[in-house]
Amino acid sequence: MRRYESWGRYPKIRDQKVLSVYSLKGPLPLPEDDRSVLPYGLGRSYGDSCVNDNNAIIETSALSNFIAFDPSTGILRAESGVSLATILKVFVPKGWFLPVTPGTKFVTLGGAIANDIHGKNHHRAGTFGRHVTQFGLLRSTGEHLTCSPTQNADLFRATIGGLGLTGLISWVEIKLIHIRSAYLDTRTIKFRNLDEFVEISRENDPIYDYSVSWVDCTTEGDQLGRGLFMAGNFSERTKSRQPPSLAIPFPCQAPSWLLNSYFMRSFNTLYYNKQFSRSVDALTHYEPFFYPLDAIINWNRMYGSRGFFQYQFVVPFDQKGETIKEIFRRITRSKRASFLAVLKTFGDLESPGIMSFPRKGITLALDFPNDGAPTLALMNELDTIVLGAGGSLYPAKDARMSHKGFLASHPRLAEFEPHIDPRFSSSFWRRVRN
Amino acid sequence: MKKIVIIGATSAVATETARCFALEGAELFIAGRSEEKLERLANDLRCRGAAVVHTGLFNSRDLAAHDQLLEQAFHKLGEIDAALIAHGDLPNQAECQRAWVETARALETNFLSPVAFLTWLANYFETRGKGNITVISSVAGDRGRQSNYIYGCAKGALAVFLQGLRNRLAPRGVSVTTIKPGFIDTPMTAHIKKGPLFASAEVVGKRIYKAMKRGESVVYAPFFWRFIMLIIIHIPEFVFKKLKL
Repeated sequence: MRRYESWGRYPKIRDQKVLSVYSLKGPLPLPEDDRSVLPYGLGRSYGDSCVNDNNAIIETSALSNFIAFDPSTGILRAESGVSLATILKVFVPKGWFLPVTPGTKFVTLGGAIANDIHGKNHHRAGTFGRHVTQFGLLRSTGEHLTCSPTQNADLFRATIGGLGLTGLISWVEIKLIHIRSAYLDTRTIKFRNLDEFVEISRENDPIYDYSVSWVDCTTEGDQLGRGLFMAGNFSERTKSRQPPSLAIPFPCQAPSWLLNSYFMRSFNTLYYNKQFSRSVDALTHYEPFFYPLDAIINWNRMYGSRGFFQYQFVVPFDQKGETIKEIFRRITRSKRASFLAVLKTFGDLESPGIMSFPRKGITLALDFPNDGAPTLALMNELDTIVLGAGGSLYPAKDARMSHKGFLASHPRLAEFEPHIDPRFSSSFWRRVRN
Repeated sequence: MKKIVIIGATSAVATETARCFALEGAELFIAGRSEEKLERLANDLRCRGAAVVHTGLFNSRDLAAHDQLLEQAFHKLGEIDAALIAHGDLPNQAECQRAWVETARALETNFLSPVAFLTWLANYFETRGKGNITVISSVAGDRGRQSNYIYGCAKGALAVFLQGLRNRLAPRGVSVTTIKPGFIDTPMTAHIKKGPLFASAEVVGKRIYKAMKRGESVVYAPFFWRFIMLIIIHIPEFVFKKLKL
């Protein structure tokens, strides 16, 4: 049985009507009463932006067909419920890859647009929205609109990163990129602290299409923010497009006490020392490179029934990285961070989306097990630093940002709001707008 | 297997099976009752890698036209390696109890229509001497229950028909596969409240693909239904008749 909850499993859903959409041509399914609706894809948003408690969701799993593919240009048109995983399964063997992919392939095309997702190649390719040529939008009035940079351009810009509030995205057209193999030439470099990260990132980002870093949030002093910088380019050395893939489901809900600070520190130390030499080169299949966690289905159960928070922000880059260091110090001191801390430099390629999250700077994403009030207090503290430095918070990962934090993160809100479909809303939206 | 006929291809489960065949580059003839849905699926299968996709319209109550549809499929594909019969609908039990006309209609769609297709296919494959015929029956056909026995008897009769057909075609090297799915989360069951036993159409569709490739005989999908039904068919009638199932 499918559960229509968010990936962080917090907040819990009390009452949510589930509607389904089956056809691209039919009218939008709406509840008989005046409850609002929200499109639902694969529920990978961490917080409450993909749920609509006390209202209704429209699940899109039946919008699962490809519509057309042009091998001369790489332009693919598909219904919005098609997942990135399905696109990879079908098109990698033919020599094509997604222009931009997040850290999980279990998201739908509709979700990728609504959150204007980013990936390891943000410094080279920008967000997903930059590679969308057009899409169909079904409004509650029954209108079927085609949106592109030239047609209904306002709605095009509002829907990219628009959190599903401008209508139901029914089909999507994107431009795939050509690849010679399913493997990447990768390089993993250890950095002892944040200064080294900045240096390595500056040296390597121009050479590599893809880069991301894992950071240890448990060490202090001159080891503050040590970690592994992982970069890669699709390989020309091999022609193999065959996958070695085996997904293991996370067997059951783990007890909540498991992820304590001792466990975290041991895990982080082990992971940091997984390679002895400073730099290691390898030929890596795209699955473990892009989707290390997808190999464990339902890894979110690891956090037990209380669920967990993700926290992701971007701050403008200051020369000495003082803001990000200050944030690391707070996290280390709190002893609450988990093993999934990810650091990346965003480039300056602008998204067409008005509400899009990524912008030039440094972004950090991390998990916090839900320990209630102390966890919330820590994130509020971090908000102050992030927003004080002119940074932004990411709605797709959020279950707790304040009204003020939301406003500060979205300077173009006034331009966006007129495009919201009056029948659409979400738990997130009601929380940050009230 | 290269040339596949799928009747009722736009049903959620058969769509998933068709996609598996498309991925390996098969030639497909897909039949359904809605032209729009068929075209939508045909484009999808082409994008996924199907060498060729032909479509055919049919109405499960127009039995006389069934032979013609298969002739058309045969004509388009040149030959047929395997056929999947997947169409059916869930009748309203209460209406069937009120009027036998409804029951007759349910039996026509869920039993007689597949039998009409199977008659042609059996003769075709018997002469050809190899291939696979797969039909979607249901766990509901294993034992009659008050809540659903009209649908159950159509699917049960179909399962018995297939037993006989399997017996007849086995010496000719043709496999006959009976699929018995449990509850599936599809548009056909959209109005029913879902419990933990509901499987996704994708899981069941992939299982059917595997069964067709292997030429299996009777397949419960997902597998645990074999054990559930084993218990259900062994409950003594004097107990069973008092249960509210």
